[in-house]
Amino acid sequence: MSESTLPGALVTNAENDVMDVLGADVAVPQPQRFKEGVKIVLRFLVVFGIAMALWELVKFIGGSPWRFSTADGALFNLEWFPPFEWKIASDLNMPHLWDIFGALIQPAQRNGPPLVNVLAQAAVVTMTAALAGFLIGTAVGLFLGTVFAHSALLERSLVPYVVASQTIPILAIAPMVVVWLRAGWWSVALLAAYLCFFPVTINTLRGLRSPDPRAIELMNSYAASTWATLWKVRYPSALPYIFTALKIAATTAVVGAIIGELPSGIREGLGGAIMNFNQYYAITPHKLWAVIIFTAVVGILFFITITLVERVMTRNMRKLEG
Amino acid sequence: MSVVTIQAVNKIFGKAPNQTVALQDIQLEIEQGEFISLIGPSGCGKSTLLRIIGDLITPSNGTVLVNGKPAEKARLDRDYGIVFQAPVLFDWRSVEKNVQLPLEIMGKSATERAARANQMLELVELNGFQKHYPYQLSGGMQQRVSIARALSFHPQLLLMDEPFGALDEITRERLNAELLNIWSHTKTTIVFVTHSIPEAVFLSTRVVVMSARPGRITQVIPIDLAQPRGMETRELPRFYELVTQVREALRGSEGIK
Repeated sequence: MSESTLPGALVTNAENDVMDVLGADVAVPQPQRFKEGVKIVLRFLVVFGIAMALWELVKFIGGSPWRFSTADGALFNLEWFPPFEWKIASDLNMPHLWDIFGALIQPAQRNGPPLVNVLAQAAVVTMTAALAGFLIGTAVGLFLGTVFAHSALLERSLVPYVVASQTIPILAIAPMVVVWLRAGWWSVALLAAYLCFFPVTINTLRGLRSPDPRAIELMNSYAASTWATLWKVRYPSALPYIFTALKIAATTAVVGAIIGELPSGIREGLGGAIMNFNQYYAITPHKLWAVIIFTAVVGILFFITITLVERVMTRNMRKLEG
Repeated sequence: MSVVTIQAVNKIFGKAPNQTVALQDIQLEIEQGEFISLIGPSGCGKSTLLRIIGDLITPSNGTVLVNGKPAEKARLDRDYGIVFQAPVLFDWRSVEKNVQLPLEIMGKSATERAARANQMLELVELNGFQKHYPYQLSGGMQQRVSIARALSFHPQLLLMDEPFGALDEITRERLNAELLNIWSHTKTTIVFVTHSIPEAVFLSTRVVVMSARPGRITQVIPIDLAQPRGMETRELPRFYELVTQVREALRGSEGIK
């Protein structure tokens, strides 16, 4: 049987395969998806609400004395002395939630903009570097994973070095990167990429090797090229593994960017903000807590974005029955 | 001309002294349009032999010719389709996209692919399921999709490795009848590996009985039941005679060491 082996046709068809995973109609009707989404948000709010209540309950039982009063004490003056004294629940270690949230809306410095604005700007600085690092790390990870999946020789030779690279603390590498690239945005991005590429490499490798061996036999029976097998079988099978790694990489990139800012001498990012409020923790602990919560929210949003992308890309992949 | 010629084929796995002789001295010729069943006890090498015909495994000795060419050339020319015991469908593709897979690899145009896929799904009686996904189909339906995919590029030879082994008896008998119907339409040569004696007798023109490891061909039994065969064929006295003949050949082959 003669066949046309136009490389162009193969590449176009390969792209169609990835588009297939993206493009077919969603089986679940829209109103049901919305209800599911609302349920997830409600569940989160309930759990968060309970956590907040527990926080204040602990302080109620064993924290520092509670005091509410107007400026001169004229309108009201409430005090509550908790029955126990737990060091962990003191105002220094566990500031009141209203103090933490209050710190966000109050100016960070005298006559300055509210803390939340300052942090938002800092977040933009950090997140752009984190995102760049994430994309670079993902690209490198996908490339290495693909190479290792096809060459057992390269895998055996290089994976030990890949693993070893992750055991070196980033604080040791950061100054080297800063000196090499000069302090700045790129060194932060590169440090984030350095932390990201490892999970993506390992999971890509695993995912590319995950298809049923008979699927590979099937492709051999069609005399399919390695490239065609890669695009049509291996990558689609690897998507769940790759997305697991991307979720890990997303949070790692944010952490890496924040840590990387310090030796890079970047003050404008979240790392700088954390160091700043770190210094004044004993005096204004709620401000550092505010920064921490803000940073956590940023990280969570990044994670949720990846999860949404994953859901869209894998909506047609379901387990075969039986 | 023979579609498949197997001469003096051996297959040994592993290295001495821990080697397994899977196949020993296999000699077989299969003519155009035949339906050959390979039957034997577990581990007798019938699946290995099937894969050797398909150049998915290389024999240790001997020659295999498919359509007059070496098996490797026949594979590169896409002279055969293959169906496994599991459907091996891609869950991220719809039914019609699964059937179109070999056609995509061969670079056929979108219109041609769609036309052939519809034709094949019609043949396996799954018209209307084009846009469904594998998870929405039963095991028997998935296997029919797998058969449609194997035939989508009209190969002359079809290799089937216990395709109905994972299905219940009722579905299996129905699919046997459907397979014969497809065979009569497409006139493909079929090599079929099975564990089931009635299935082998019902489907084949010849039944090749193999021994336990090391696998050898102990007997080739021609099946002279009239075509077209249907549910009534299973109730003919001649059917029972042939089933007994195959069963005795198998029992005898187990005695050979």
